[in-house]
Amino acid sequence: MFIVEMQSITKRFGDLLANDHVNFELRKGEIHALLGENGAGKTTLMRVLYGLYHPDSGVIKVKDRPVVIHSPKDAIQLGIGMVTQHFALVPPLTVAENVVLGYQNSFVLNQAQIEESVAEAARRFGVEINPKAIVRHLSVGQRQRVEILKALYRNAEILILDEPTAVLIPQEVEALFETLNHLKQEGLSVVFISHKLHEVTQITDRITVLRDGRVVGTVNTTEVTQKEVAAMMVGRETFGVSRIDTDTSDPKPVLEIIDLCANDDKNLPVLKNISFAVSEGEILGIAGVGGNGQKELAETICGVRRPTAGKVLVEGQDVTGKSPSDLTRAGLGRIPEDRHEGMVIHLTVTENLVLEHLDEFTRNGMLDHKAIRQYADDLIQKFQIKAKPNDITRTLSGGNMQKVLLARVLARNPKVIIAPQPTRGLDIGATDYVRQQLLEQRQRGAAILLISEDLDEILALSDRIAVMYEGEIVGTLPASEATPERLGLLMSGAVKEH
Amino acid sequence: MEVFIVNLIAATFRVSTPIVLAAIGETYSERAGILNLGIEGIMYFGAFVGFLIADKSGSLWVGLLFAILAGVLFGLLMGFFTVTLGVNQHVSGLGITLLLSGLTLFMFRLFYGGRSTPPSIPSFQVIKVLPDNPILGPILSQYWLTYVTFLVIVPLAWWILYRTNFGLKIRSVGENPEAVDAAGVSVPAIRYAALGIGGGLMAAGGAFLSLFQLGAFTHGIISGRGWVAIAIVIFGNWQPIRVMLGGLIFGGTFALQLRLQAMGLQLPVPYETFLALPYIVTIIALVIAGRNASYPAALLKPYRRE
Repeated sequence: MFIVEMQSITKRFGDLLANDHVNFELRKGEIHALLGENGAGKTTLMRVLYGLYHPDSGVIKVKDRPVVIHSPKDAIQLGIGMVTQHFALVPPLTVAENVVLGYQNSFVLNQAQIEESVAEAARRFGVEINPKAIVRHLSVGQRQRVEILKALYRNAEILILDEPTAVLIPQEVEALFETLNHLKQEGLSVVFISHKLHEVTQITDRITVLRDGRVVGTVNTTEVTQKEVAAMMVGRETFGVSRIDTDTSDPKPVLEIIDLCANDDKNLPVLKNISFAVSEGEILGIAGVGGNGQKELAETICGVRRPTAGKVLVEGQDVTGKSPSDLTRAGLGRIPEDRHEGMVIHLTVTENLVLEHLDEFTRNGMLDHKAIRQYADDLIQKFQIKAKPNDITRTLSGGNMQKVLLARVLARNPKVIIAPQPTRGLDIGATDYVRQQLLEQRQRGAAILLISEDLDEILALSDRIAVMYEGEIVGTLPASEATPERLGLLMSGAVKEH
Repeated sequence: MEVFIVNLIAATFRVSTPIVLAAIGETYSERAGILNLGIEGIMYFGAFVGFLIADKSGSLWVGLLFAILAGVLFGLLMGFFTVTLGVNQHVSGLGITLLLSGLTLFMFRLFYGGRSTPPSIPSFQVIKVLPDNPILGPILSQYWLTYVTFLVIVPLAWWILYRTNFGLKIRSVGENPEAVDAAGVSVPAIRYAALGIGGGLMAAGGAFLSLFQLGAFTHGIISGRGWVAIAIVIFGNWQPIRVMLGGLIFGGTFALQLRLQAMGLQLPVPYETFLALPYIVTIIALVIAGRNASYPAALLKPYRRE
């Protein structure tokens, strides 16, 4: 018996066909993965089901009854709950207030009564949470539990989870899966949106794969291998990159960070005595849950944020507090964290490619357009950028924008490369490309600092892994000793290893 | 000296009333995520409409009612601009203030012509609760709207914001409208409601000046009280009780400077220095309290479902 049937759903955004006659069926009491790369249309489909988007055509049936879902309110009444990637919580309110928000009809809000009823619901559904806690003080994993409880409190029978593990440390993922399995026994039906294969094969009963807005197929999880699903997802067999271990018996440190401290935008300490070194031909991965100072670390090293103490050395030369252009000359290359921040999206690809070293293309105070064009053509070819030199950068896909940035930085053969979140928001093809490029740079002898919230990425690329927690390096492990569990403990701040 | 202090306290409550009313109105709006810079204009228009209707109908009560209705109306207009059309809140708010300043002057000319003395009407009278008590007598000799403001409107605002589901929605919509939307509650409905209530209170603050305190309408009747109210909301950290305290501090300084001027002290500074005192105190208070101000996170941000 299907609890939800979506038939031939089509949703367009301008020229983009986000869902193209998509069929999706959810059985009662199953965990069903909606798998696909970024931009495959998974979230769009579920936003349609939750009433956040209106489909251009198609039929939705809930419990065999055709329904029209105009808004989340309709969806909630039909027993559908959704936990979005960005939590829909109000940080200054208590857990109980967040859970009942919009669900109580009485005029008066009785704090004691809602706390009691939320505590009761938490017990009943096996979700561990303190109703009196202020959401602002909760960890990401706990916030997610509040979201799930919120849906269950509204008597949801169908729970949609959009990339629920993206923000969790491995231990929290385990706890989430336990909760989901428990709820499944109680008869809840779950849609699990993901692009992480190993999680999908671990938790789900069936998998529907989407690619470019179309359904590639629906399979029973037990009957397929990860490789087969990956092939469905990307339309090709290859998947992932592999790192070749190199001999690092005589490492020569190229980038050295000594007792670096810095403050955040509110003038509070955000980096606390950070020290590490990255050697020639080495990738040092910085792991950690987002917001523990990684962004500020990259900014401070790259000269965008002023350090309050400590030193940054490139090949023994003190470059602390130097301007970004001095740093570029010293051999430091930075792949900006935010693609839109790292270039001027209203300019052409060519202009963005030369933006950081205009002085080299200037003759008698004028830009040498011929040389610029030649240089850009070379880079576009070398880095396989799918764009013409005069295309406005804004019109490029995320993957191609990232290639422009990579080309600009890597063409200089920098001795040090700072790569914060280099594959965030990219599809698998582009992600592989970026990772491959980083590995090639490592082979060439560059010292690479990779900062990523994606543990899989850290594990796949790094020679050594350092974990950041609340502005400190709480542990550094060689890749051979790093397991997701061990890193997870460090990331949660539970232990320190030095 | 005792008489001086007693009179000062009595005046403090009187002077604070319009500012506290407007600031509580602004608190409702800002808690819902809308900075209503139309406050100065709405107070001005409220003062005029209240006066005009009271003058023409002969009833102060009808005048006050129409002033509040006008305030609600222009609060909702602010909602139309910022919530429905998604226009920048600064622009819409200043636009409403400019519109209402012009409209008020225009209507004044229309109904009262270019006279040299301001028109006046018999105003509401003070209510003496304990006329014989030497201390509480003068202090509890206030207009009824002052009693209502401090005893009903301020506590009620606290109760509504923190102890009702409607208040929970207002606070939430000013912090994270996505959460409210995802919970199946209409974000525009809550914001319109908060702006309507806020506009009504702002206009009541304006009408207090024309129908209670002065019994007249003058062009400079509001003279920046709306802007002061905005500063006081920040000082009060968007909490009604603290906003009220902020209003009393301003009112107290204002009442004090009036008395200092009236005493005719021969000081080496011009009397304008005293006039500036309440504003200087407001700035100082704001600088001190503003450091820890926790703005509603969604303030100034229009909400659009993607």
